[in-house]
Amino acid sequence: MSSKMYLCLVEYEIKPHQKLNLGLKEIWLYREMLFFFTWRDIKVKYKQTALGFAWAILQPLFLMVLFSLAGAALNIPSETLPHPLFTYSALILWMIFSTGVTTAGNSMLSNANIIRKIYFPRLIIPISSVLTSLFDFLMAFIVFVGMLIYYHDRISFELGKFLLIAPVSIIITVISTFGMGSLLSAITIKYRDFRYVTPYLVQVLMFLTPVIYPISIFHFTGARYILAVNPMYSAVELFRSGFNGQLLDMRLVGISVFFALLFFIVGIYYFRKTEAYFADLA
Amino acid sequence: MKPILEIRDISKRFLIQHNKQGQAYMSLRESLSVLFKRNTSTQEDFYALKNVSFNVEPGECIGIIGKNGAGKSTLLKVLSRITPPTTGSIISRGRMASLLEVGTGFHPELTGRENVFLNGSILGMARKEIQSKFDEIIDFSGTEKFLDTPLKFYSSGMQLRLAFSVAAFLEPEIMVIDEVLAVGDAEFQKKCIGKMEDVNKDGRTILFVSHDLNAVMRLCGTTILLKDGSVSATGETGAIISGYLNLGKTGTSWEQVHPKPSPHFSKISLEVKGQQPNLILNIHFGVQCTLEMLPSFVAFDISNKMGAKVGQSIPILKPFIVAGKDEKEYLAEIDLPGLIPDDYYIGAWMGPHYHETYDWQHECVEFAITESPQKDRTYQHTQTLGPIVPISRIVE
Repeated sequence: MSSKMYLCLVEYEIKPHQKLNLGLKEIWLYREMLFFFTWRDIKVKYKQTALGFAWAILQPLFLMVLFSLAGAALNIPSETLPHPLFTYSALILWMIFSTGVTTAGNSMLSNANIIRKIYFPRLIIPISSVLTSLFDFLMAFIVFVGMLIYYHDRISFELGKFLLIAPVSIIITVISTFGMGSLLSAITIKYRDFRYVTPYLVQVLMFLTPVIYPISIFHFTGARYILAVNPMYSAVELFRSGFNGQLLDMRLVGISVFFALLFFIVGIYYFRKTEAYFADLA
Repeated sequence: MKPILEIRDISKRFLIQHNKQGQAYMSLRESLSVLFKRNTSTQEDFYALKNVSFNVEPGECIGIIGKNGAGKSTLLKVLSRITPPTTGSIISRGRMASLLEVGTGFHPELTGRENVFLNGSILGMARKEIQSKFDEIIDFSGTEKFLDTPLKFYSSGMQLRLAFSVAAFLEPEIMVIDEVLAVGDAEFQKKCIGKMEDVNKDGRTILFVSHDLNAVMRLCGTTILLKDGSVSATGETGAIISGYLNLGKTGTSWEQVHPKPSPHFSKISLEVKGQQPNLILNIHFGVQCTLEMLPSFVAFDISNKMGAKVGQSIPILKPFIVAGKDEKEYLAEIDLPGLIPDDYYIGAWMGPHYHETYDWQHECVEFAITESPQKDRTYQHTQTLGPIVPISRIVE
């Protein structure tokens, strides 16, 4: 009977210090709990809203309309792309990052009652935050496909290239979201100040990411290098390159991907290093 | 056969911060200031557990008892891997489920059905397992009508029953249970204890922390008594519990720290002797004064935790106390009536006449009664029926 339980390894030792590793094996053991956390977050997010899941589409859609109008009014270039497609394509990726980082950052506090009472690999909480924001992305992606079809004669869309590039940019987004989110969640549980810092940080970062403007508006190349430190830079630029027919500056993309990986490693390292004491701090 | 759990020399240290708020987490400002200044807050080591060692054999049901703050909950948290021990190690040779709370992760917006799956998964049940036991769980809880209603519309009793029911169908090899039976109505408690007995009969190992000594007595063969973070005694449950009850019988003591010149109590301490319902309360008290005093007499008020008066006792009706600069000590003895298990307070009054008061210390010392005046009574006493349990019998 009890063999059905997936709780934990049968024989194990509880010791003061744990080795530092990713703990992937354990996360795999707890995959059903991860599924239920994600399922709960998605369900609860849209429960008691009249429009339900439509909000996942409406949020980036409203922002797109707003930014397109502002872009047209202020004469912000959108390179080869129509303005709505230019902003929306970046916004849907950006929303993975912003909601993912914000909810993951706060996730240790919002799940404190569970952390204090039950053992499980704590990493599955920020993972489920990222998965939840990926779900929103999938909803919003449907509209994006519609826009691609609508604008098909004004863009240089190649299906093969897009199918190759889009997953890569989504993976970069997920890696940076997860790295930043787990880092912030581990910091927030110790320093509650970050509850207020995180949303602010995310907001500022959006204006440093080429969501509403192309990086080409900076004529000074040094500025471009500085902006490429942002991990989301490469995600957005790569994604757009799948249909805007422009060549990428691979040096800038390389820098950005490097920082995405750096955040990922630092985030998980810090999280794993401090997670044993989360229950004492929560 | 190897023990299913080996607890080897476990200690758990907490740092107590003696700063303004004393909170576990810090604000950024505080830790920045620590960087620049030294000794901004004094830290003190506090050992919630000190060198705890014991083994648990497969199929055993072990009770863990002790006063509040003895380290019971910390021990369970370390055992269930929620918090790591500072030193020592634990070897576990079975799948463990811990039930430090019922309904962990219940979400008010989700329906009863959804919460059963969520909670079951958090407690470590596989989805298939929850599916196969779903009808039994709902049946046990008696909430089938409200399955698809959001939990927030449930009464708190219904939420609790649903939570218990999920927990009752856990089938791990080792089950760690905290004070979860303390809540819920008596009938449901009985049902749960019965379920736990079945679980234990199936050969599963149980570690059970409770203040409900009757439940520990019924379920556990062996009991561990914790005191100030260390194992104070281990052994057969009956022996440990009676030892523990005697431990709880001593009352507190009080001392006057700001003596007045007028006649006053200098100290009062309590001691409880005997067995319910024939308990004897010994009150040691001292009297002192620098001014002159008229011969006085004393009265003792007994009240319970809620502040309700239980009664007043006057040992001698004529004035008998005369004291001076040297403290004079007396010992009063009160025959207590049968009282329901509770904390009781003693207040002491002293004066030369009924209408003149020298000193009146309200509720200054306390004693606890932990067992019912009626032996083998299994249902609980309630405050609403009054604190005194007159002893009665059928004569014809």
